[in-house]
Amino acid sequence: MEQTYPLRRKNGLRKYGVLLLMMVPGLAYLLINNYMPMFGLIIAFKDYNFAKGLLGSDWVGLRNFEYLFKTQDAYIITRNTILYNFAFILLNTVFAVGIAIALNEIRSRFLSRFYQSVLLLPHLISMVIVSYLAYSLLSMETGFINKTVLPLLGIEEISWYSESRYWPFILTIISLWKGAGFLCVIYLAAIVGIDPEYYEAATLDGATKWQQIRSITLPLLSPIIIMMTLLAIGKIFYSDFGLFYQVPLGSGALNDTTQVIDTYVYRALMNLGDIGMSSAAGLYQSIVGFVLVLLSNYAVRKFNKDSALF
Amino acid sequence: MNTINRGKQIWLHVPMLALAAACVLPFLLLVISSVSDEGSILRQGYTFFPDRLGSEAYRYLWNHSDQLVRAYGVTVFITIFGTTASLLMTAMLAYPMSRQGVPWRGGVAFFVFFTLLFNGGLTPTYLIYVQYFDIKNTILALIVPGLLMNGFNVLLMRTFFMTTIPPALIEAAQIDGAGEFKIFWRIIMPLSLPIVATVGLIQTIIYWNDWFNGMIYVTDSRLFSIQNILNRMLTDIQFLSESKFSAQLGEAGANLPSTTVKMAIAVVGVLPIIAMYPFFQKYLIKGIAIGAVKG
Repeated sequence: MEQTYPLRRKNGLRKYGVLLLMMVPGLAYLLINNYMPMFGLIIAFKDYNFAKGLLGSDWVGLRNFEYLFKTQDAYIITRNTILYNFAFILLNTVFAVGIAIALNEIRSRFLSRFYQSVLLLPHLISMVIVSYLAYSLLSMETGFINKTVLPLLGIEEISWYSESRYWPFILTIISLWKGAGFLCVIYLAAIVGIDPEYYEAATLDGATKWQQIRSITLPLLSPIIIMMTLLAIGKIFYSDFGLFYQVPLGSGALNDTTQVIDTYVYRALMNLGDIGMSSAAGLYQSIVGFVLVLLSNYAVRKFNKDSALF
Repeated sequence: MNTINRGKQIWLHVPMLALAAACVLPFLLLVISSVSDEGSILRQGYTFFPDRLGSEAYRYLWNHSDQLVRAYGVTVFITIFGTTASLLMTAMLAYPMSRQGVPWRGGVAFFVFFTLLFNGGLTPTYLIYVQYFDIKNTILALIVPGLLMNGFNVLLMRTFFMTTIPPALIEAAQIDGAGEFKIFWRIIMPLSLPIVATVGLIQTIIYWNDWFNGMIYVTDSRLFSIQNILNRMLTDIQFLSESKFSAQLGEAGANLPSTTVKMAIAVVGVLPIIAMYPFFQKYLIKGIAIGAVKG
């Protein structure tokens, strides 16, 4: 754009033309990648027909939802999604806070950083690699657990990939393994930011380490813990597809305990080609997820205005 | 600093070492299994102490390396191209949003922000990309859907621009006659290296690790990334030998050392990330802390 001085202030479009143009690629992408699919949610109310397309397919009202909620599926996937998320949020938070406090007490800065980096490593690995790691431990014929650990304990081999009752524990452990290090980085940064004067004063008064943690560290950490937890609760209707689909090797025998909304939507769409069912479950997830985000943000706002998203 | 005294430090190191071991040992098991003898794995299972070591797995991968090399090429391409495009788009959207007086600034901010709250989910996204953009079996399928840019990074960058770039600097450049794009490219971007590095690192990891797009949009094995190969081989160990790129068709099958090959291929997939990790972990930890403070 030609810059002529003095600027013609009235003509914002002219003055900011280049800046407005710069935003076009990003905005166009959001339009295609985010807004068109939001609009595309209308297929949940249609009988999708590939030839007729998204707009041309016939409306069927709530029929897709009737099918979805008539079966046990809706109940199972909702229950699994919510219960897993609660377990993940609780355990990840407890572990991350505990580890962060411990790391902060370690005198050697080098070792403290070293532990932190090592604990963060699993966060960087794709779920496909995680499924290989899980397979090397759980494989029926050659797994480390069946071949080395269980014989030591005198327990029979277990067919991990076909017995659904073990998976709530397996998935929770993996989620912890992969996620706690990440949260720990956030909490440790918050602990390091606490004013050392509090601790100095407490030490002068003869407070033990344990008392200091209970009466200084945890209370000062609680705003960020509550904020992170509420943000996680806002996402409680969503789960990590890779964890629930890849790690159990897509095994249908485990559906009872590994099927969550995300895997249900995927299976209905890609394996069964049942677009009605898939989109109905997807819309259900989007709407409830949206309401939960709004509610959790409302709660964050009540609690601490500056931490709220909006 | 006031920390637990020396004698008691050991009680911190013991649990920390145990946790660190829990994070590292699965990778060690993977590596040891990959260099084990196929026969001893079949007898002992995957173990840290195999009776015999062997290199059949890697020899097998070497003999079928065309597909692997190609997949590495795909992964490297989408990572470099995707990350660059992503950084440009994110910064070019975030910078005008950070400037006072830009028309429709509030509307744009809402437009970006709303994508964090509500989304259409998998089914409509898939149908739109497949039907209206015909993205199936194209390299763009590995780059564009869901990965190219996200509202969170845009808001993260906007906040950085707003808090670290003094408006007087921009005014001074304008008085010197620099155009808006020149200001962005020559002044803003160089000053914003910390946030560019953070978002760039996040995007690099996202692209390197992504297997989902390949799984749903790509069936042509020539376009498989390394993660897609891994994904396929997890359930279909014959995949490499059946692939039409393999010269030795029919040779494999029976004498495929499948239990060790599984682990060797995972090592090939994860090695670059682990090898690079010591160099970028510092920036990653800083980036996570920045991101958590608020986008």
